[in-house]
Amino acid sequence: MAVSAPLLLELGAILIVLTVLGTAARRFGLSPIPLYLLAGLFLGTGGIAPVPAAAEFVTTGASIGVVLLLLTLGLEFSLGEFSTSLRRHLPSAAVDLLLNAVPGAVAGWLLGLDAVGILALAGITYISSSGVIARLLGDLGRLGNRETPAVLSVLVLEDFAMAAYLPLLTVLASGGTWQQALLWMAVALSALALAFLVSYRWGHHVGRLLAHPEDEQLLLRILGLTLIVAAVAEHLHASAAVGAFLVGLTLTGPTADRARVVLTPLRDLFAAVFFVAIGLTVAPADLLPMLPVAVALAAVTAVTKVLTGAYAARREGAARRGQIRAGTALIARGEFSLVIIGLVSASVDTIGAVATPYVFLLAIAGPLLARLAK
Amino acid sequence: MDVRETLLPGVGLCFEFDNADGDRIGVIAHRKGDFEVLVYTAADPDKASRVFRLTDREAEAMGQILGAPRMVERFADLTKEVPGLDAGQVEVGAASPYAGRPLGQTQARTRTGASIVAIVRDEQVLASPGPDEVLHTHDVLVVIGTADGIAAVRHLIDQG
Repeated sequence: MAVSAPLLLELGAILIVLTVLGTAARRFGLSPIPLYLLAGLFLGTGGIAPVPAAAEFVTTGASIGVVLLLLTLGLEFSLGEFSTSLRRHLPSAAVDLLLNAVPGAVAGWLLGLDAVGILALAGITYISSSGVIARLLGDLGRLGNRETPAVLSVLVLEDFAMAAYLPLLTVLASGGTWQQALLWMAVALSALALAFLVSYRWGHHVGRLLAHPEDEQLLLRILGLTLIVAAVAEHLHASAAVGAFLVGLTLTGPTADRARVVLTPLRDLFAAVFFVAIGLTVAPADLLPMLPVAVALAAVTAVTKVLTGAYAARREGAARRGQIRAGTALIARGEFSLVIIGLVSASVDTIGAVATPYVFLLAIAGPLLARLAK
Repeated sequence: MDVRETLLPGVGLCFEFDNADGDRIGVIAHRKGDFEVLVYTAADPDKASRVFRLTDREAEAMGQILGAPRMVERFADLTKEVPGLDAGQVEVGAASPYAGRPLGQTQARTRTGASIVAIVRDEQVLASPGPDEVLHTHDVLVVIGTADGIAAVRHLIDQG
């Protein structure tokens, strides 16, 4: 077996750069995601440090990163939490969708994008970053606040909406017709219902089938199963991400708890690689002309998220200050907006140039504004 | 007393109640097993400030501290009415010869005259345990009898 020294060196250097950036971000209470994007932007062709040997690994690792992000999202999910959120916050979810997807769609239309581009941009402005926000609420000690259940419920419902949205988008992005896309959306939703049914009635059996006292075996089993399901879903044009999400949903109970613990370090590594890869695909030269659009879109959709959060918090009986705290908490966009960029950047060029700086801005501004709202 | 329970999707559960002083107190039970204890501020009743955090083991210890004396207190009320009757707690230490053996084998009632009326184990209270109940290390036995009888039970559990 030939060891590729350049690959190891470049990969090691990338990881060191990421941890230096990540530590700096954490020092200021920010999410490291925007800095990982920036690192990707400055690497690769057109950047300051080309990484020819590691580029292939980063691209391969990025697709594993997407799968792991969605798998762990599915593992977090519980039917009880979903139905409670739906009962209490269905109107909030509708307001969220209306206020935040529309600005993205309008911007896409003004930019002259095709239907896929418009749909993608709508999704990018709609979905808040549940990872960044959950961490932020914990860091700021706001988990017990009156408005927090509203924020978390909105996030759960958004994550759930991704299960319907991702197959729709992937089928259209790969050149399918609307009929095919809607068919696959229906298939994904049926699979979701089936996954719920399986996890509700037989979840412990599935768990027992995969469970193993050794962490190593558990990791290999869950990862193996997830990658196969993701590959099948991708082959059927329903997106690997949705497949991984479904596997995560099906696993419940103690197996899901242990799987989360075992998978988290791996998820952190490959998700970071994924964020770098997104930065890599965008050429710095393309960014500048699109920057004003990204800034304007970020400003508009920051305001619409504040309105969304305020509406949801009012339903929980929170007063004005609580409503503003909820609204600012929801501003942050992150990993899932980037997943959408990753899905369509091959077919729609402009998306990456607009949406990458957009996510960058809001992943920084979101936590800062949330901190300011006392 | 009213305890309000709120689901925090992805995080865990939040319990809230008002104490006699009028403070609103919150406890967050994280999914991962640790806890946060909060107090809601008077200036903004929607905002909670964290008092402290507890790991699952610390929370368990705290639960025992808060729970066990109340047990004994209840028996103490009873014992006030009968002169000479007392209540006490005896912990089953790691070195106790009876750890892992059934309660009946201690023959505590026969040998000391005092009765073991309850076992406090983790957060659970086993009232009137039977002779087959196996004692675990760190169980706390609630004993009723004369002061001498309780001391004798303590000696018996510690040294056999």
